[in-house]
Amino acid sequence: MRARVLVRPKAGILDPQGKAVERALPALGFEGATNVRVGRLVELDVADPGDLPAMCEKLLANPLIEDYEIVA
Amino acid sequence: MKTGIVRFPGSCDEVDALEAASRVGEAVLLWHADRDLQGVDAVVVPGGFSYGDYLRPGAIARFSPVMEAVAAFAAEGGLVLGICNGFQVLCEAGLLPGALLPNTGLRFVCRQVECVVVNERTPFTRGCGAAERLSVPIKHTTGRYHAPEVVLEGMEAHGQIVLRYAPGRNPNGSERDIAGVCSEQGNVLGLMPHPEHAVDVLRGSDDGLRLFASMREHVDAARAVA
Repeated sequence: MRARVLVRPKAGILDPQGKAVERALPALGFEGATNVRVGRLVELDVADPGDLPAMCEKLLANPLIEDYEIVA
Repeated sequence: MKTGIVRFPGSCDEVDALEAASRVGEAVLLWHADRDLQGVDAVVVPGGFSYGDYLRPGAIARFSPVMEAVAAFAAEGGLVLGICNGFQVLCEAGLLPGALLPNTGLRFVCRQVECVVVNERTPFTRGCGAAERLSVPIKHTTGRYHAPEVVLEGMEAHGQIVLRYAPGRNPNGSERDIAGVCSEQGNVLGLMPHPEHAVDVLRGSDDGLRLFASMREHVDAARAVA
């Protein structure tokens, strides 16, 4: 099965990459974009989708600083 | 004292660490794929870009065979010093609390910094004075120390915050100006500054040698008791 895992900086954690993107958008004429957060997408084929939460907890995300969302 | 310096694919400061540790005793390199720590008294997890820093710095390195042995060594009270990428590896491995995030300024920062010794009673700082300042270089992009508030409070109470950047000189946005932290038992230390690059006044400072000399003192003292 093809799976996607979205990894985001946890709410409340300063995301300087997101801030930089947020500042760059108006410079290109795009006004009104706020709360930009930059995360990561991991795509993978898995034999057992039941393994995905443990994969996320142990490796794909660091639960201390990141939230993850498994998108089937 | 015999010190083992871990070498991962992508390490780049292991030779300086080897040289620094050699100034206070014997030092050997430990290959990441080996579980044998060769009977060392202390382990240094050095700086660099272990496994390309893929995913997150330290995320892959923590699963290497040598790190299993290092975790067991730390659990028995062995001295483990993680520098820069090594600090990131130890946090990912759960041997130290917290995590390292990208610098607030998003830039790679490379310069000499002043650190204050906050806890001089650890095996790594016992040769330092209280509130003594050490001049040591930093060079990193992902050095912003973070831990949840409740964890930070516990660390303060247990003396786990060992080094802070001098007031007003926080180079990366670290919480509470934290530059280095230790485990609750005190035998594992991680820091972003590079003591191994500051072991000779010809290179600007020899303050970093104090950490290696402290480790030597600790190992000698433990041996004298045994």
